[in-house]
Amino acid sequence: MTKLVECRHLTCAYGNAVVVKDVDLAITSGEFVGVVGPSGSGKTTLLKAILKSIAPTHGHIDHSPGLRLAYVPQVETVDWNFPVTVTEVVVMTQSQGRWWPRITNAERSATEQMLERLGLGGLGNRHIRELSGGQQQRVFIARALFHQPDLLVLDEPTSGVDVRTRHDLMHLLADLNEGGMSILLTTHDLNGLAAHLPRLVCLNTTVIADGAPNEVLTPAVLEQTYGAPMEVLIHGGMPVVLEHGADEISRRLSRRSAS
Amino acid sequence: MILLGLDLFEPYHFAFFRNGVLVATIAGALCGVLGVFVVLRGMSYIGHGLSHAVFGGAAASAVMGLNYFVGAGVWGVWSGVLIGRIARRRIIGADAAIGVVTTASFALGLALLNRYGQAKKSIEAVLFGSVLGVKTSDIIAVTVVTVVVVIIVVMAYRKMVFATFDPDVAEVTGVQVQWVEALLMVMLSLTILVTMRVIGTLLISALLVIPASVSRMTTNSIARMLWVSPAVGAASGFIGMNMAYHLDTSVSATIILVAAAMFAVVYGATGVRGRVRISALHHV
Ligand SMILES: Nc1ncnc2c1ncn2[C@@H]1O[C@H](COP(=O)(O)OP(=O)(O)O)[C@@H](O)[C@H]1O
Ligand SMILES: [Mg+2]
Repeated sequence: MTKLVECRHLTCAYGNAVVVKDVDLAITSGEFVGVVGPSGSGKTTLLKAILKSIAPTHGHIDHSPGLRLAYVPQVETVDWNFPVTVTEVVVMTQSQGRWWPRITNAERSATEQMLERLGLGGLGNRHIRELSGGQQQRVFIARALFHQPDLLVLDEPTSGVDVRTRHDLMHLLADLNEGGMSILLTTHDLNGLAAHLPRLVCLNTTVIADGAPNEVLTPAVLEQTYGAPMEVLIHGGMPVVLEHGADEISRRLSRRSAS
Repeated sequence: MILLGLDLFEPYHFAFFRNGVLVATIAGALCGVLGVFVVLRGMSYIGHGLSHAVFGGAAASAVMGLNYFVGAGVWGVWSGVLIGRIARRRIIGADAAIGVVTTASFALGLALLNRYGQAKKSIEAVLFGSVLGVKTSDIIAVTVVTVVVVIIVVMAYRKMVFATFDPDVAEVTGVQVQWVEALLMVMLSLTILVTMRVIGTLLISALLVIPASVSRMTTNSIARMLWVSPAVGAASGFIGMNMAYHLDTSVSATIILVAAAMFAVVYGATGVRGRVRISALHHV
């Protein structure tokens, strides 16, 4: 198995604030890796460093020769008012050696196929704002796939989407992974997403744990990652994470409404 | 042609007017093209700052007896690239720093002209533009820059759109975003340089912003904006120039007023939809 990406002693900072510290992480071809951690724990920063879109203050990132990367940003960071249609977004990555900007017929049919495959058939001429949250997310996945990456990187792909959309999205990602594509994503959704992945990296500035969900989703690791006590149940062989003291809150609130 | 007692063709007997109309129309189209990127990037304060910086360069080159295009051009392009780099790094307070430095350059230009220049006339010409001063070299300069800008925008269209919409992802996908941005700043500096003598320093940023905003209200496609915006810019330049002659008003002020009138008409005609579209443009 070839290593696609390898970070050694990776440290990133904004000014004096160190937000990713001494991270060692390797991703081999064919893997599906999830990075979990609370908000502000440095997940997005780690992704950007891996993509080499920000420079580390210490340490190294190595890419395998000729590695093709594609990035699906968190939907909240996209400018949805930008005047582009779905098709224009998807073909955006095809800019090499082009003297005339018009979308070619070949591109148009390839785009239509891609949109069809992602359940976006017939939406090519829509403005990107005129789509549902799940459709918007998939447009950006379509753009990434159109680039034919070896490693697909997604930042919080399930934030702000409903259960059904999340379910469809995970099937799509599983299909892609089975088709040989390596995937790296971040999430703060432990039960809905992270627990289903083969490998998790728990991050809170530095790597707290790295392994299969039933190895890393333990009360000790979670408390260190999230800074709050959590309980872990095993349900059908899969870990389910519960917030410690959730029952206490509901007891207090129900007592209030009773009085 | 006689309209409301005005001979519309009368000014065309004068060579200076024919040159002026030509330059104003081309300048409007040129500003319209680049204005699309300026507006979508929320960079209108950069257009404003850059025109003030170029003014400083123009004044300094006048005082030193340098050719305008050489002196102001070198200064303008250099400050454009520098401003672009500072703005890109999104350092807190970068806007303020750019504002202070370009305003200082403007003030220095004024002071130099006061002290060493040929009095008020030349200052007024640079601030508000002047048709009388349009020479053959201005026509050539604005035409060359327009042709170059159109070729670059056509050839680098997808890269420019990608880098404008989503610079991080563009970078990861192999677009050299830094170069695209530097190229945009160079084109912007050259545009300001060659249009400044007609439009003047003070109103040039309006010609970058208004036609592009009008086009944004009419469409949800950047490709179509790149046709509509230069058309609006060119029409403003052409109509404004003619009206200025008959009304005996300042050329640059009239051009901007015509553009603003088109904005008002389209704002009214497109209703809520148009308003929603431009509400997302930052810093306009
Ligand atoms: N461009 C930036 N400049 C300064 N600080 C930043 C920047 N981006 C993120 N941060 C800070 O770095 C920390 C980690 O952010 P981020 O990597 O976005 O975390 P996550 O994606 O896990 O929520 C946060 O405290 C955030 O405020
Ligand atoms: Mg994040």
